Amino acid sequence: MLVLSNLNKTFNAGTINEVNALQEVSLTIEEGSFICVLGTNGSGKSTLLNAVAGTFYTDSGTIELNGKDITRWPEYKRACHVGRVFQNPFSGTAPNMTIGENLALAAKRGKKRGLGWGLTSTVLQELKSRVKTLNMGLEERLDSPIGKLSGGQRQALTLLMSSWVKPELLLLDEHTAALDPKTASKVIELTEKIVTAGKLTTLMVTHSMQQAVHLGDRIIMMHQGKIKYDFRGEEKRRLKIADLLSLFDDLRRKDQIDAGVVELLMKNYV
Amino acid sequence: MTLLVGSITIGLILALLALGIFISFRIFDFPDITAEGSFTFGAALSAALIVSGANPITATAVAFVGGFAAGAATGLIHTRFKINPLLSGILVMTALYSVNLHVMGKSNVPLLSQRTLFTWFESFSETVSGKDTLVNLIGWSVPAKDLWTLFFCLLIIVFFGLLLLWYFRTNIGTAMRATGDNDQMIRALGVNTKVMIIFGVALSNGFIALAGSMLAQFQGFADVQMGIGMMVWGLASVIIGEALIRDNSLGFVIAGAVIGAVLFRLLVAIALRWGMNPNDLKLITAAFVFLALVLPGFMKKTKKVKLIRTK
Ligand SMILES: Nc1ncnc2c1ncn2[C@@H]1O[C@H](COP(=O)(O)OP(=O)(O)O)[C@@H](O)[C@H]1O
Ligand SMILES: [Mg+2]
Repeated sequence: MLVLSNLNKTFNAGTINEVNALQEVSLTIEEGSFICVLGTNGSGKSTLLNAVAGTFYTDSGTIELNGKDITRWPEYKRACHVGRVFQNPFSGTAPNMTIGENLALAAKRGKKRGLGWGLTSTVLQELKSRVKTLNMGLEERLDSPIGKLSGGQRQALTLLMSSWVKPELLLLDEHTAALDPKTASKVIELTEKIVTAGKLTTLMVTHSMQQAVHLGDRIIMMHQGKIKYDFRGEEKRRLKIADLLSLFDDLRRKDQIDAGVVELLMKNYV
Repeated sequence: MTLLVGSITIGLILALLALGIFISFRIFDFPDITAEGSFTFGAALSAALIVSGANPITATAVAFVGGFAAGAATGLIHTRFKINPLLSGILVMTALYSVNLHVMGKSNVPLLSQRTLFTWFESFSETVSGKDTLVNLIGWSVPAKDLWTLFFCLLIIVFFGLLLLWYFRTNIGTAMRATGDNDQMIRALGVNTKVMIIFGVALSNGFIALAGSMLAQFQGFADVQMGIGMMVWGLASVIIGEALIRDNSLGFVIAGAVIGAVLFRLLVAIALRWGMNPNDLKLITAAFVFLALVLPGFMKKTKKVKLIRTK
């Protein structure tokens, strides 16, 4: 279970570029729940995931993962319990190392890394059988550098790596956004398979209404650093793409009204 | 021929330097100028210890530890206080200059009448091959002790090369390589990249100090200036190795660095023999590295232009 309480994050505080990327965000995610995070560009979705992963510390609020207060834990320490796939396919793998080495590194997530040989034959055997489940023929290419693979292949491997050692929480930040539609749907299929098989607690940011409607058991929609809507259970199941689109329109219209009001006030008073 | 054997021996000693530079430059992409200080630091520590009667092996081991500590300091300054790699190295290198003077007590410590690793190799040669024996090597006569010295240096560098190869294949060594390749990725897999950098730069400087220590023992003195230009020297060796061996799997890259170091030393010896002014050595080395860094990109560009033209 992940409990976020009153998270705040302001970038460039005190300058003209000040952004309140997270404002009093509170969220409780039950064990095994699969949440899709929607929201306009710049609404704070990535910031939320980064805050949980520990890319930076929040200005205030607490983060609790399965009873551990991880608010002040450094990123690498949280990573022992949290799996991650980034938007950029280049981010999740070490390009100049082989597929096998990358996977072997992931197989040690959260475990002690000592002077033992990395790619022993038993490890290699397990790598092969697990990579085979991807149906990409990559099990025959464990010796080639991962940097030579396509974005989709790398993302599929990163997904496999992030869940190799079962994470207490899986964070996916628009991990199909950089892929072509066909590859994207393959990676989404794989995502669903892995999350369901491992009953993983998952927080997935997506720009695709379709993904949000079809996947997971809960949808949260963010706007200007706040969680504006939260649908779960029956309500989430009944939700259609059209409903989501109209909610987005609502948010945009409110923005325009806000902007209009500001303009009006400026004209009258400044 | 004696000159050739001597040059190869020095080349093998400096291969340790090349391995150190390989770790910082190629594994971590960390331009670590601590090398210039730690090379001398290794020499200074060993020289001071040997003069005070210490066992040469102890003296050499202490050099490694000293270099390791110097590198750890650089890594710590960089990761803990977020000072850029180059400046972190410059700070430690500058500090080491004073430290080295303190360790040696003066700017030059002669070791000619001392027991060093190399006097051991020579006495070994005497017992095995006899005193002042000359060996016929493809028509040239070479002192047996020079050949034995060369052999021991080869043994040492092969040992450390294999050690490094083994290390970088272990779980922790693989994590270290990943830190240099994609730190975001390896952090997301639970590795403390700061510790990896500190440890890696330390290891690199341990090797470099070892090279300094052995060179001082071989040439029979330690000098406070002997580290100057060593970083670029090591880089030149690594680059030559990479150009010769185009395979970038780990074993080949390590072997390449060693071969590059020997070859570079030979090139320098030949150039000096042909009458190159020794004062120009560092200028030419720097120019060489500059060209090696710039040319590959330049060639790619001209190739692209050609491709467009032929279309
Ligand atoms: N590291 C950063 N430094 C400064 N501003 C940032 C940083 N990260 C995000 N922001 C800003 O915070 C806001 C939210 O960004 P983000 O969470 O990336 O949005 P998205 O919902 O599109 O993922 C944006 O206005 C963005 O410009
Ligand atoms: Mg984003």
